[in-house]
Amino acid sequence: MKPFARQLATIASPFLLFVLVAIVWHVVVQIFSIPKIILPSPLAVVQALWEEKWILLSASWITLKAAAVGLVCSAIFGSLIAVLFSQSSLLRVALYPYVIFLQTVPIVAIAPLLIIWSGNNFRTIVLVAVIISIFPVISNVTSGLLSINENLRDLFRMQGATRWQMLIKLRIPSALSQLILGLRVSSGLSVIGAIVAEFFVGNSGEYDGLGTIMTARQALLRTPELMAALIACTLLGIALFGLVNLLGATVLRRWTKTDGFESE
Amino acid sequence: MNTDLQNEPKSLIECQDVSLAFRNGKATQQVLRALNLKVTEGQIVTLLGPSGCGKSTLLRVIAGLIDCDSGSVTIRGSDVSKKMPMKVRHEISFVFQESALLPWRTVWQNVVLPLEIRGQLHEGSCRSRCEELLEIVGFAKSDWNKLPSQLSGGMKMRASIARAMSTSPKVLLLDEPFAALDDILRSKLNDLLLTISAQRQCTMLFVTHNIAEAIYLSNQIAIMSRGMIAQTLDVPFAFPRNEKLRSSSQFAAYYGIVAEGLIASAQATQAIEKEIA
Repeated sequence: MKPFARQLATIASPFLLFVLVAIVWHVVVQIFSIPKIILPSPLAVVQALWEEKWILLSASWITLKAAAVGLVCSAIFGSLIAVLFSQSSLLRVALYPYVIFLQTVPIVAIAPLLIIWSGNNFRTIVLVAVIISIFPVISNVTSGLLSINENLRDLFRMQGATRWQMLIKLRIPSALSQLILGLRVSSGLSVIGAIVAEFFVGNSGEYDGLGTIMTARQALLRTPELMAALIACTLLGIALFGLVNLLGATVLRRWTKTDGFESE
Repeated sequence: MNTDLQNEPKSLIECQDVSLAFRNGKATQQVLRALNLKVTEGQIVTLLGPSGCGKSTLLRVIAGLIDCDSGSVTIRGSDVSKKMPMKVRHEISFVFQESALLPWRTVWQNVVLPLEIRGQLHEGSCRSRCEELLEIVGFAKSDWNKLPSQLSGGMKMRASIARAMSTSPKVLLLDEPFAALDDILRSKLNDLLLTISAQRQCTMLFVTHNIAEAIYLSNQIAIMSRGMIAQTLDVPFAFPRNEKLRSSSQFAAYYGIVAEGLIASAQATQAIEKEIA
């Protein structure tokens, strides 16, 4: 295949597949006359998406804010914890099991508890988003701070560098690319955390994110609207992931380039 | 007796009965065996030997990066084998196998890094010295703000040498710095090293497994084998040296002698090893 044809195929083939699936989906719904409540036709979903566009947009905005604030908190606190871990092996050994606990705790199970403690509000949503998204930051940044190039470490040691100089001038810059890697994973998780928390906050009128909308639509068996909200959730996740990638690419352009200590 | 001592050139680095073993679980591997080495002030001494003979490890022991198990290392008269005094530490520089530049710093920021760590960056003389050094190693002023990723392998190594010299060290330790470079680049950088050593009166201990490089650069070649100095050879060519030397018949003849020495050393140390076992 010529380069252009190949490029066209890469772009066009997923799109064609999507159209094909939508057609099959539509035909199946028509032939078996499946009720809208069970499986709406793609056209019905698109229609719902259009009709509810303003509701979905404002809900997406609220959820995005919660997820983004959660992600930023994860980045800041996760990095601080990682710095502490890199400086004291005692602290690392003592606290690491609890950090893993954060990773393994079923978020669905503790969200109700957090709502009791913190209320049906924005703060709770952010808290859940942080709990679910902080682990990749801690784990990636800690390993980035600890696994520095041996020669570079020796270079600092030979000059009699202090612990602080080593941290500021070597460890932290070395770990920045790891932070971006961690944030990429965390970005998706923080969206999940925010939406799950919103399920539990419920439609009390105090808060209207994508998760609250979804529980409300589900209660009324409005499946097309529910699926429309689902699409909004997915787009939101992609948007936040894209944002992190863009940030990483621009801020860390010099870090992500070739290593510099590799010979050619 | 006394006069003899005074006439003898001062040895700057002295290793006495240095032994070191690496332990990995139950397995121990003897890397350095009661090794003795003297490096005279102002000279370039090469540690020549096959990979795995312990030459890089010896360099790291001298640099104070690894502690030896027994024996002593003295630099300019002070014992550094347990803890290196800061005064001595500040007189040594190290050039690593890979250029070991910090990828997020520009050439200039990399070169001044050792001074920055020591808190001497504000001193005007240091800055002008770095500028001078960058010129000597061949950086145009327009390249000072380039990142390492924008440089070729040879230029990275030049920057690395400038960084090592930025603190005007008395001793420069080099761990196979040009191993990854092609022959033409290697000989250019050899000339650069000779220029720097003549200009700055810096004693150099150079690790390599390249025989031609060892002859061209050094006053003395110490052939290493299995953690011991098997043989030391005084290189019979006068300084300053230039490219013509490389193609001379004397150079080729001496190359043969060193190569034979390497083979003989390997056999001799093998025999000693068997005897011990």
